[in-house]
Amino acid sequence: MRSIRAAAIGAVTMSLALAASACGGGSQTGGAAGDSPKTLTYWASNQGASIEVDKKVLQPELDKFEKQTGIKVKLEVVPWSDLLNRILTATTSGQGPDVLNIGNTWSASLQATGALLPWDAKNFDKIGGKDRFVDSALGSTGVQGEDPAAVPLYSMAYALYYNKRIFADAGISKPPATWEELVADGRRIQQKGKQVLGAEGSNVSENIHHVFVFGKQHGADFFTADGKPDFTNDGVVAAVKQYVDLMAKDKAIPAGNAEYAQNQSVSDFAKGKTAMLLWQSASANLKSQGMSEDQYGIAPVPVQSGTPGAGTQVDSMVAGINLAVFKNTHNPDGATKFVKFMTGDEEQKILNKAYTSIPPVGSAQADPAFNTPANAVLKETLARSATALPQVADESQFETTVGTAVKELFADAAAGRAVTTESVKAKLQKAQQQMPTK
Amino acid sequence: MTTTVTAAADGRTVSKSSPGAARGPRRTGRIQRIGLPYLLLLPALLLELLVHLVPMVIGIVMSFKELTQFYIRDWGTAPWTGLGNYRVSVDFDAPVGDALLHSFLVTVGFTLLSVALCWLIGTTAAVYMQDTFRGRGLLRALFLVPYALPVYAAVITWVFMFQHDNGLVNHVLHDQLHLTGKPSFWLIGDNSFVALLTVSVWKGWPFAFLIVMAGLQHIPRELYEAAALDGAGMWQQIRRITLPSLRSVNQVLILVLFLWTFNDFNTPYVLFGRAAPQAADLISVHIYQASFVTWNFGTGSAMSVLMLLFLLVVTGVYLAATSRGRRAADA
Repeated sequence: MRSIRAAAIGAVTMSLALAASACGGGSQTGGAAGDSPKTLTYWASNQGASIEVDKKVLQPELDKFEKQTGIKVKLEVVPWSDLLNRILTATTSGQGPDVLNIGNTWSASLQATGALLPWDAKNFDKIGGKDRFVDSALGSTGVQGEDPAAVPLYSMAYALYYNKRIFADAGISKPPATWEELVADGRRIQQKGKQVLGAEGSNVSENIHHVFVFGKQHGADFFTADGKPDFTNDGVVAAVKQYVDLMAKDKAIPAGNAEYAQNQSVSDFAKGKTAMLLWQSASANLKSQGMSEDQYGIAPVPVQSGTPGAGTQVDSMVAGINLAVFKNTHNPDGATKFVKFMTGDEEQKILNKAYTSIPPVGSAQADPAFNTPANAVLKETLARSATALPQVADESQFETTVGTAVKELFADAAAGRAVTTESVKAKLQKAQQQMPTK
Repeated sequence: MTTTVTAAADGRTVSKSSPGAARGPRRTGRIQRIGLPYLLLLPALLLELLVHLVPMVIGIVMSFKELTQFYIRDWGTAPWTGLGNYRVSVDFDAPVGDALLHSFLVTVGFTLLSVALCWLIGTTAAVYMQDTFRGRGLLRALFLVPYALPVYAAVITWVFMFQHDNGLVNHVLHDQLHLTGKPSFWLIGDNSFVALLTVSVWKGWPFAFLIVMAGLQHIPRELYEAAALDGAGMWQQIRRITLPSLRSVNQVLILVLFLWTFNDFNTPYVLFGRAAPQAADLISVHIYQASFVTWNFGTGSAMSVLMLLFLLVVTGVYLAATSRGRRAADA
């Protein structure tokens, strides 16, 4: 009898404990690290060849920060496949990191959630002022006219990577400067039995980056000035068709690339199967796959005619990573100090060298490491001919719907079905209908 | 009920409640006796509520809200939309509803085919594995491998095999057997349905095999011997003895396979990524895309609730139909 009573008491106690912890679960905010002013949690995006590489690059810098300020930074490197979901979950629950990396194209979408600390003049003053950053990078930090949701950390741009050996074998003396030249060179490369241009046809983000630039070159935008989707205007249709036609009509992109989504096109290029690749800051990636820097050349992405510049001569998006502070942080001062540290000249040089990206901080760009021929192309592109993706709250939906439309068009092209102005327009129409109406 | 029976069996006629005799303690004793099991179940019940029902209820509540990126930080401020999300989901003339309907039909077709094939292959293999022969244990173990492998590792291997340029499938079908005129795409376009079905059946049939094999152990051998004496062949034995004996096992097996396949998220997601091809646009990934990728958790929840209702109806009808069928067969 006694043991039964004990069991009953135990059951009741456990139930009460469960009920209590269930109710209490929501109210304990701030996460483990945030409560103490001496610690910060930092979610870094995966910039290096692997998460381990990132930890090796970042940890010494975080130790340095701890020495300077006494604030310990707990680092977590989050893979790209998880990062946005993790941020959304953190936003919903209010329990997240103190400081985090975001893809700069997400800035406006995340800004709309209100989860990130806005960088007004006062906050910018704490990290040395807004004018430390170059304009192109600041253009991808949130909706124009509002306080940025994040500050630029690493900048990247698209460039044309070409295999010197294949070019020499095909008798091509200089990289193509226009799409027409690229297609013509492609025919000579194919005669040598090599593939012409690599692409990630099933990667919706890559598709978006390319059709956005083609859109610019056709003088077209995917969004109207007041932020409404406008995917079916003639310029956009022509732009998307031109990109897909690189496979469908010009046969420059091999049909097999239509299903690529895991950077197989980079591997193909590194292995010498493909002559050209349009990629952002690929050097570190190519090196890790065994392709040394003297084997390939870097040139600006082709344009329709003339040379890269503003307006219809744009040849890259402003790619890059921004650093944001989570509004729910319990240590806003420490978080701001950390942002100041990471965007300081010294750290900018160290980190951007490690990741072969370009510092978005003007004074750090002067370092000779960023003036090598390869980096000079990227720097030049960022300064003169790169434009930020649309800074609208629906950017994330735009990537999904239009990126998927391009993926389906590539699938059509790969299967040998005709890609016409009508079929392109129909797919874009469908994409536009799936955009939020409010 | 039981007490009456025992009392009658004892052959004594005891009036069940002898009034007046120590009423108080006995009643509390009875309450204790009845109450204790429930009390002991309470922690489990609360846990069940916590991990199972609460998220479901929250999901249902979410489906009535306009929970987009503008409101996810503070759910309370998200405006109520009533049936708005449901209206969008089932408006089959508009693109969102149309896409959902398409995805639903693809999923139903896929699930029926996958379950049928899993069951057929699993049962056939189990029946053939019934007789003892050398190497049976090894084969049985081998058959269970797909079921034991981690889903991601297994499916990513299939992704490699289905690749257009260097995949094993094209190598065999095109390069060696010359069955196709040119290498086919399996991960994009219409063939993706076949690829998805192949992986799903490959992954699912060992479970059917396992369950049917367990069910077969309970069929007495004498039945087969008697049938053989009466001149029944292998096919007749299967039809008249094996299948009827497996009836209750199959009832559960098919239901479970159906629910698992219908809800399967991992296989299509690992095969195709976040934007599945039209031909293989399963509803679980579709809903994921509607909520996580396009940041509209209200509509995503409404779609989930609709799927839940559909599965509830299917399960209910299935159980009612099969149970009645069995009662009729038993009678």
